[in-house]
Amino acid sequence: MTEAYVYDALRTPRGKGKSDGSLHEITPVELASQTLAGIRERNNIHDEIEDVAFGCVMPVGELGAVVTRTAVLTAGYPQTTSGIQVNRFCASGLEAVNIAAAKVKSGEADLAIGGGVEHMSRVPMGADGGAWATDPAAAFSTYFVPQGISADLIATKYGFSRDDCDAYAVESQKRAAKSWSENRFEKSIMPVKDVIGEVVLDHDETVRGEADMQSLAALKPSFAAMGAQYGFDAVALQRYGELENINHVHHAGNSSGIVDGSAAVLIGNEEAGQKLGKKPRARIKAMASIGSEPTIMLTGPEFAAEKVLARAGMTKSDIDLWELNEAFAAVVLRFMQALDIDHSEINVNGGAIAMGHPLGATGAMILGTMVDELERSGKETALVTLCIGAGMGTATIIERVN
Amino acid sequence: MAYETFTVDIDSDGIALLTIDLPGKSMNVWDAALMREFGQFVDEFCDNDDIKGLVITSGKKSGFIAGADLTMLAGGSVSGDAASTMKDNFENSFTLNRMFRKLETSGRTAKELTKGTAHAKPVAAAVNGLALGGGLELVLACHYRVAADNPKIQLGTPEVQVGLLPGAGGTQRTMRLAGIQNAAMLNTQGKPIDPNTAKAQGIIQEVVPADEIVQKAKDWVKANPKTSQPWDKKGFKIPGGGGAMDPRSVQFFMAANAMGQRETNHNYPAVQYILSCLYEGSIVPFDTAIRIESKYFTKLLTDPQAQNMIRTLFVNKQAADKGEQRPKGVPDTPLKKIGVLGAGMMGAGIAYVTAKAGAEVVLLDRELDYAEKGKAYSIKLVEKGVSRGKLAKEKGDELLARITPTTDYNDLADVDLIIEAVFEDPGIKADVIKKTEAVIGKDIVFASNTSTIPITNLAKNSERPDQFIGVHFFSPVDKMPLVEIIVGEQSGDKALAASLDYVRLIKKTPIVVKDARGFYVNGVVMPYLNEAMLMVKEGVNPALIENAAKFLSMPVGPLALTDETSLELGYRIMDSARQEEGDDYQPTGVEEFLDHMVNDLGRLGRKSGGGFYQYPENGEKFLWPDLAEHYPHAADQPSLEEAKERILFAQLIPASKCFADGIVPDPQSADIGAIFGFGFAPWTGGPMSHIDTMGVDIFVQRADALAQKYGARFAPPQLFRDLAASGKSLYEKAA
Repeated sequence: MTEAYVYDALRTPRGKGKSDGSLHEITPVELASQTLAGIRERNNIHDEIEDVAFGCVMPVGELGAVVTRTAVLTAGYPQTTSGIQVNRFCASGLEAVNIAAAKVKSGEADLAIGGGVEHMSRVPMGADGGAWATDPAAAFSTYFVPQGISADLIATKYGFSRDDCDAYAVESQKRAAKSWSENRFEKSIMPVKDVIGEVVLDHDETVRGEADMQSLAALKPSFAAMGAQYGFDAVALQRYGELENINHVHHAGNSSGIVDGSAAVLIGNEEAGQKLGKKPRARIKAMASIGSEPTIMLTGPEFAAEKVLARAGMTKSDIDLWELNEAFAAVVLRFMQALDIDHSEINVNGGAIAMGHPLGATGAMILGTMVDELERSGKETALVTLCIGAGMGTATIIERVN
Repeated sequence: MAYETFTVDIDSDGIALLTIDLPGKSMNVWDAALMREFGQFVDEFCDNDDIKGLVITSGKKSGFIAGADLTMLAGGSVSGDAASTMKDNFENSFTLNRMFRKLETSGRTAKELTKGTAHAKPVAAAVNGLALGGGLELVLACHYRVAADNPKIQLGTPEVQVGLLPGAGGTQRTMRLAGIQNAAMLNTQGKPIDPNTAKAQGIIQEVVPADEIVQKAKDWVKANPKTSQPWDKKGFKIPGGGGAMDPRSVQFFMAANAMGQRETNHNYPAVQYILSCLYEGSIVPFDTAIRIESKYFTKLLTDPQAQNMIRTLFVNKQAADKGEQRPKGVPDTPLKKIGVLGAGMMGAGIAYVTAKAGAEVVLLDRELDYAEKGKAYSIKLVEKGVSRGKLAKEKGDELLARITPTTDYNDLADVDLIIEAVFEDPGIKADVIKKTEAVIGKDIVFASNTSTIPITNLAKNSERPDQFIGVHFFSPVDKMPLVEIIVGEQSGDKALAASLDYVRLIKKTPIVVKDARGFYVNGVVMPYLNEAMLMVKEGVNPALIENAAKFLSMPVGPLALTDETSLELGYRIMDSARQEEGDDYQPTGVEEFLDHMVNDLGRLGRKSGGGFYQYPENGEKFLWPDLAEHYPHAADQPSLEEAKERILFAQLIPASKCFADGIVPDPQSADIGAIFGFGFAPWTGGPMSHIDTMGVDIFVQRADALAQKYGARFAPPQLFRDLAASGKSLYEKAA
């Protein structure tokens, strides 16, 4: 089968996902458009891109009507470049990269872009409604609980205390701050500009390197009231009858931040790279998605990782770097526990607890982060994965080429 | 046209007054006759141009319409006709919906009404009294709804309580009048509201004095010759939000779905279906919505679960309450004054419920202090009732004045019945029986509330053993709805009749059981609680044990229940049985466990510093963390489903043994006793109904498998094997 290579990856800085965030004034289409334009300009692309897949988890309102196609056109690509919007909840960005890679591998396309966009300050979570949580037939049969309850369920079931989660979060903030101070993201970061061409944001806006155990201890658990009053704790226990109650350990400081952002990854076969005069940076070695128990919801990465390793004919020890989206501290702690991974090998540059999780874009962002980090550290292989709503997991293994 | 179930009077303005008055019944209900005739009338109303409008009221003082005839629904069909296909069942279930829709549209289409090219003839309801279920649904299908100004009038849709949903447009019209949230409360909880609350919610338009309801309804009909329902008007929106996809509704449904699961533990599909009717019905037009509602209704009605619930919780309970087991031909027992012996926890509760029922109570104990303390319990309950506005001060004072504490047996001279609740000691009881029989009338029945001593043994102390019987209450007496009547070897009809008359007086539900250790209820509860302790002993995670019971919709887990009744008491009962029975004692396997918990670890129960749980002063109880040190969790834990099955069969098996041994006379009593005696999963309709629903053969198979795995105590009784072989169900056999 044709190999799919990563030729370039870039992302916007992540802006605080509220009305006082720096990216709030930038339209969602413009945010997507700037990363696509960035890729086009950096790689001297004309009409070579055959398809663009962008993840987007709230594809309604300003992000509706296949935002990818709109952004392709506003970014100055020719009308012959098509676009598709992809939704696999939090792994949408990685899934979009996988779709682009699959198109290349299968021979459908020579050169494609995978990426994503989310503008959480303007199109908030929940804006798309959906049957899962609200249609009684669906909610009852799936034992629906919100993700925060699932994260607290993971902590309870697998024995992670509030302190364990907070300590993880403090380390994530430290690593993100250090990475920024050492310019580790400089290859991929593309500052966002406003309508008059001024830079509105050139760094991840939510990093708090000074966060410590004391400052986090002051934060109240985010999901305790919801769990007790609305009955979500009871629903979770109905699936996990071995637990007496749910220990609510997650809060704003040890969960992923709500942010705005976009990312794009340029993927092609060998010839397409040669035509552009670009050297491949990494090879997409294997990809996989799985479904897992939907109430605990966020344990999928463990199974996705196992599956993608098996598909690649690799074992755990073949992976040099692990990158798991920091949706909630307990998600990463459980993954490390299940696969026996040391913290020094995973999320080495910090993650979404510090820098934020722009839902549809994150997967593409962290894949790009791994490409940069493999080159910086001289390591060979990385496994990128994310936990996903309704109990799924998506994973991709990349190999450094140069 | 002449009708039998209602009268129709048409006045000079052409306004018909339809007065529903079912012949020979104290209360109007939707039975087959009313449904048939009402349908005929709706056709006539739509076709006859001389009728300009309609007012519907009731000819019964007892109320408007109390709902559907549950005996008819217990057969699994709305019309009483059995249908062979689901489609036919749906058509049956849709009867009322079709009729009511025609009534409110005059047979015009929604399109005509919305466009304004046609109108409906006005229909108003004059609600004189309670309107429940199908009764309220008829009211809702009227364009204008006037109710009498009486806060005691109940308006509601209680179908959920028998595992059904309001299937005659109730979910759709309450939602379209009162909004999704009010409709969800009304329909998923089944609690009625009063006319003023209904008016505030938009369900009733006018609340007026009772003698004006018909006139006010007529006035409105006369003033509005052309009308239609709000949902048949252009631009209609559900109050408070635009349906399930409105962001406000999204929040509501998310929470309601979780709360619905918390309350039902996935055991009562009616709650989910009601929410589904609201969710789906809020998105589609009315005519589609009522079809969806009838489809969900059909699913529930054709499921054995609703039929089991209706049969046990209503039909059979009502029969028991009316004294079905009472021997015929024995004259009514006068019950003006009752002697209650012993003013401890049980005696005090019995005195309260008896005085509350209007009888005088002589409350006797050996010290006046004790007797007064017993009465103090009633004082406490009365004060609570008065402060909460549930009891008028004067009524409370009268109730208390009826209780006379005493130490003097001579005060019992003129009582009509004795209820004895003294300490569970054969010697003390013998003494009390002797002293009492010396003063009471020769024909007075003596009923003992013993829970552990066989009635036949106690009756040996009586000079009139044929007038001696057991009346076994549960604690707390004022809350627990069941009373077991224990017939000893010599108990006669008079004793049985008097005790049933008494239970009827205090408005509790009786079952008549044989004189065996634990009688029926404790005969099931004790092995069930023992099983939970065996599980702890084996190293099963206690949280799993408790959750397994809760997820079966038991009111509390077995370990929490053991804490309530106290491990210490469990130990004492076990210890005395062991000593009394000597070589005949049948070990339960928890002897050492109880001994260790009580005597070594000091875990006596809730009231003595904790048992399986810790009880912090300001907070929720939690499982005693050190328990795992003494009884470590086994590495291999059962799945939740396995734990649930074991907990369920730990109750089904002893219940089936009691039935097989004739301790309960019939499946009806076994079902009523289990649900009202210890809260056995009400959604099943009781253990015998549940065994029938799973199939007696499956029950036997599963019991054998559990016996293989956990021990012979799970083996099914021979009677059930025979029944399984015969292919009959328990209720068929009993019928």
